[in-house]
Amino acid sequence: MIEVENVHFTYPNGVEALKGVSLTIRDGEFVAIMGQNGAGKTTLIKHFNGLLKPTKGTVRVDGVETVKTSVAALARNVGFVFQNPDHQLFSETVEEEIAFALKNFGFDAEVIEKRISWALNLLGLEQYRKTSPFLLSGGERKRVALASVLAWDPKTLVLDEPTIGQDYQQKEKLRQFIVQMQTQGKTVVVVTHDVEFVAECNPRVVLMKDGKIVADGEGRTILTNPEILAQSSVVLPQITQIFMRLTPLGLPKDVIDVYEAKEILLKCWRRSGGK
Amino acid sequence: MSVFDGLKFRRVYSPIHNLDPRMKFIYVCAVFVAAILFGEILPLSALFLMQIPFVLLAGVPKEWLRSLRGAAFLATFIFLINIATSFFTSGYVLTAAAIENAAALTLRFIVLVEAFSVFFLTTSPDHLGLALEQSRVPYEFAFAFTTAVRFVPVLAEEANTIMDAQKARGLELEKGNFMKRIRNYIPILIPLIVSAIRRSLELAEAMESRAWGASKKRTNLYSLKLHREDFALLAITVAVLVVAIYVRLYVPVPTLTQLLRL
Repeated sequence: MIEVENVHFTYPNGVEALKGVSLTIRDGEFVAIMGQNGAGKTTLIKHFNGLLKPTKGTVRVDGVETVKTSVAALARNVGFVFQNPDHQLFSETVEEEIAFALKNFGFDAEVIEKRISWALNLLGLEQYRKTSPFLLSGGERKRVALASVLAWDPKTLVLDEPTIGQDYQQKEKLRQFIVQMQTQGKTVVVVTHDVEFVAECNPRVVLMKDGKIVADGEGRTILTNPEILAQSSVVLPQITQIFMRLTPLGLPKDVIDVYEAKEILLKCWRRSGGK
Repeated sequence: MSVFDGLKFRRVYSPIHNLDPRMKFIYVCAVFVAAILFGEILPLSALFLMQIPFVLLAGVPKEWLRSLRGAAFLATFIFLINIATSFFTSGYVLTAAAIENAAALTLRFIVLVEAFSVFFLTTSPDHLGLALEQSRVPYEFAFAFTTAVRFVPVLAEEANTIMDAQKARGLELEKGNFMKRIRNYIPILIPLIVSAIRRSLELAEAMESRAWGASKKRTNLYSLKLHREDFALLAITVAVLVVAIYVRLYVPVPTLTQLLRL
């Protein structure tokens, strides 16, 4: 469980990035944090594993205040995948890259071997086991970075912009993968601009603006509220935009899922006798 | 990183900022030469005090102090090394003269840092490039120089992000013995170097696609001209040099220990 209580954060250069944020993320929840650039999303999630400590207020991870412990200790439970994989890849092979964190956390050689195979298999990277991560494409590098974090099986997974540079197929895999993580009871926090991706996943959505949380609730409620979304420069999902214009037909407004939309439209079409 | 903070230029306007970078550079070099000429504490103190009006005129005392604080570690190191060498070479005795000598050499270092700090704090990278160009340095070199200067803060920020990313994977920089601690920096240095190289290639492509080097004869929107203030600074520079060389050649400079014994 991550408890953020009235947190303020000011960077050394004087920019106040968080202005009193309170948020509780329960175990097993799937949360998407959205908002325009500079809203404080990345600053907020960097508090979850202690990379940043609040200037004012408290952040507790599983009951432990982040100021009272080290990043390494927190990272064991909170896996953080950075936006740009190039900021972390440094090993000669993909295999060693994944082993790095496992060695840092003191896993046995045998366990490390098993975890590497498991993570490579999960993300479809087996054929690159002995390849240098620098020779891979952008999307593949991103998956290696993800694999290197998943390998130590953290309880909470924080993903900063996971969909950037991924094609539709990879995004779909990522979505399925997040669903799978959830069935295992893991907490997943995603920071993203990708409205369509969030709409398909339908998580809890936290909207941020100017260092504050402006809305917090079910994806279906928030992503179909044009007033709230406009405030933080997020556009409506395409399917919602269509349904907003179809209200004269007596269709509901709060639709964000394409499959659900299809069912509703088919039902409407049949009711009108197929005309 | 605090040493670099003390060198970072910020765009403000002051009489010192408006001086011609070439003149400022010559002045800094003159101070440099004068500081090298003397090993005694009195003339070095004079040189140190001489910079303070410049700092105040430029309105950068805070940044300047920060660069001095950044230099404090090296300064202490220089002081201790000098004391230690004279202690071991003169038969395990510590004389007042030895301490004064060590203090003087430390002060010399501080004067050099101070002068360069004022120069970089008050000179924009653009002006520096312009000055190089107008001093007939080939444009390619001038451009490479200004680009390098401009990318220092970018690299520093990137180094911070990389450190965060590796810490999030359980890297503890302050763990282990001396050798282990140095090895701890490998996961930070490799991504930093790789991304710097990648960025330089991207920069080269971006420049070429914007027709870099298309015309052989380049013109500049701004050009540096010498004003009255610049000649005043030149006069000060010449005076510093002449006085320093004259004193060095014809006036015996007493050390503090000699003065106090009188």
